[in-house]
Amino acid sequence: MSIYDKVFPPKTITIANGKTVQQYRSRKPLAAIVFLALTILSVKITGFDMAVLVKRIREFFVILDQMIPPKWTYMPQIWKPLFDTIKMSLLGSVIGSVLVVPFAMLASTNVIHNRFIVVATRLLLSIIRTLPTLVTALIATYIFGLGTLAGTTAIAVFTFAYIGKILYEEIETVDMGAFEAMEAMGATKVRAFISAIVPQVMPSYLSNCLFCFEGNVRYASILGYVGAGGLGLILNEKIGWREYSSVGMILLALFVTVFIIETISRAARKRLV
Amino acid sequence: MNERIEKAYASRPKNWVFELAIAVVVIALLIWSGTAVETSGMTQNGGKIAMNILSGIFHPDTKLLFTLTNQGVPYLLLETICIAFLGTLVGAVISIPLAFLSASNLTPKPVAFVGRMIIMAVRTVPAFVYGLMFIRVTGPGAFAGLLTMSLCSVGMVSKMYIESIEDLDTRILESLDAAGCTTWQKIRYGILPQLMPNFASTAIYRFDINLRDATVLGLVGAGGIGAPLIFAMNSYRWSEAGAILVGLVILVLIVEWISTKIRVKLARG
Repeated sequence: MSIYDKVFPPKTITIANGKTVQQYRSRKPLAAIVFLALTILSVKITGFDMAVLVKRIREFFVILDQMIPPKWTYMPQIWKPLFDTIKMSLLGSVIGSVLVVPFAMLASTNVIHNRFIVVATRLLLSIIRTLPTLVTALIATYIFGLGTLAGTTAIAVFTFAYIGKILYEEIETVDMGAFEAMEAMGATKVRAFISAIVPQVMPSYLSNCLFCFEGNVRYASILGYVGAGGLGLILNEKIGWREYSSVGMILLALFVTVFIIETISRAARKRLV
Repeated sequence: MNERIEKAYASRPKNWVFELAIAVVVIALLIWSGTAVETSGMTQNGGKIAMNILSGIFHPDTKLLFTLTNQGVPYLLLETICIAFLGTLVGAVISIPLAFLSASNLTPKPVAFVGRMIIMAVRTVPAFVYGLMFIRVTGPGAFAGLLTMSLCSVGMVSKMYIESIEDLDTRILESLDAAGCTTWQKIRYGILPQLMPNFASTAIYRFDINLRDATVLGLVGAGGIGAPLIFAMNSYRWSEAGAILVGLVILVLIVEWISTKIRVKLARG
C-alpha cells in the first residue's frame, strides 16, 4: 500500500454475493496535477507566448521562402561533403556497433552472474549515452584536429552506447538452453556466447545497427557545425553568408540521400526480421 | 540417427552466393568509407589536450555547480528541462493530426504518402536551421529553443504514432458498433484507450531524447544549457564544462530512470 492509497483510501464495494472488493483510487488526478504544474512552470520559465507566435509566425517562412527554389548550380560542390557525411556515419556506425559487442555481453545478467560487473558496465554505457554527441564531436576535434575523423569518432561513440543498451536487453531475452548446454560440455563463456547467443541476436542486432545508421546520417550533418567534417561544414558556412538558396539545395540533397538510405535499409531490415 | 542428422546438415539451405555478395558489398563500402578519414593533422599534443579535458571534467567547478543564480548550473538545467518538456508537449500535439493523416489504414494511399514525405522532410532539416528560423520569430532565448525542440520532435513522434495507429485493433470498433455506440462513444471507449498509453509512452521517450539533445540549441543561442557549455569548451575552460556536463549527465540519468518506470507502468496498463 503506497502513501497515495493511505491518503485517499480505496473505495470498498460490496458485490451481490456479499463479498467486498476494494477499488483503488485512480492516480490520474495526481498525474494531471503534476503535469499541469510542470506545464505552467515551463511556460513561465521559457516565456512561451501564443500571441507572439501567432503574430510573428510569418517570419518563420522568410528563410524558408528564400530556400525555394534551391540553387541547382551549387550541387557540384555538395557531392564531396555529402559523401563525407555518409562515409563518416557508415564507418562510425560499424566501429561503434562492433566494439560494443563484448561490453553488451558483460552487461547482460544472464551471461555474467557477477552483479558488480553488470552494474558497472551498464553505468558506463548510460554515462556515455547521456554525453551529447555534439560535445563528443567537439572534444574529438580538439584531440584529432578538424576533419572527418572527429565526426567518425563522435558517431562511433554514440552508436556504441545506443546499440549497447539495445543489445544487452536483447541478449537477456534469448533462450539460454543452448548456452547452458555448451557450458556444460566445457565450452568457455566467450565460446558459448559466440556459438549460442550470437546467432540468436544477430538478426535484430543487424536490424538495429541499420536503424542507427539511418539516424546517424541525419545526425552527421549537424556535426560539421563544430568542425567535424561533412555537410554541416558547408551548411554552417552558407548560413553564415545568408545564401539560403544554397542552404535549400544542401537540405534537398540531404533529404534525397536520407530517403534513399532509409528505403534500402528498411528493405534490408524487413528481410532480416 | 547420426546419418539422418548429417543428411539434414548436408541439405541445409545454402545461399552462399547471396551471402558472399553481401559480404563483398559491405567490405567494399567499408573500404570506400575509410577513404574519408582525414584530419588536419593529428595535433601533436592531442594526448595532452585529452588529459586536460579529462582532468577538467573530473574536477568540475563546484562553485558553478551549486550557484542558484541565473548563471548557475541548477537554473540552466531547470531551463533546459522546461524547454524539453514544453517542446515535447507542443511537438506531440502537432504530431497527432499529422499521424492520423499519414496512417495508411485510415486515409487513402496518396494522402498517406504525402503525409509521410512531409514528416520525413521535417525530420531531415537539422535542428540549428530551425533554431535560426525561430529566432527570427521570437528573438534569441528559451522560447525559440522550445519551438525548435517541438519541430524536431515531430518527425520521430509522428512516425511512432503512425505505427501505433496502424496497429489499432479494429474488431473492438466493430463490436462497439454492434452494441450501438455513437461515433464519439467509439472514439472514447474504442480508440483512445488503445492509443493513449502508446502516445504517452512515445512522448516520454522523446522527452528523454530532447533533454539530451538540448545542447544543440546552444549553437544558435536558443536557450538552455547548450550555449554556456559550448562557450566553456571553446574557450578551454574545462572545469566549467565539466561542471555543466556532470549536471547534465546526472539529470539525464535521473529523468531516464523515472521515465523508464512510467513507461513500464504504461505498457502494463
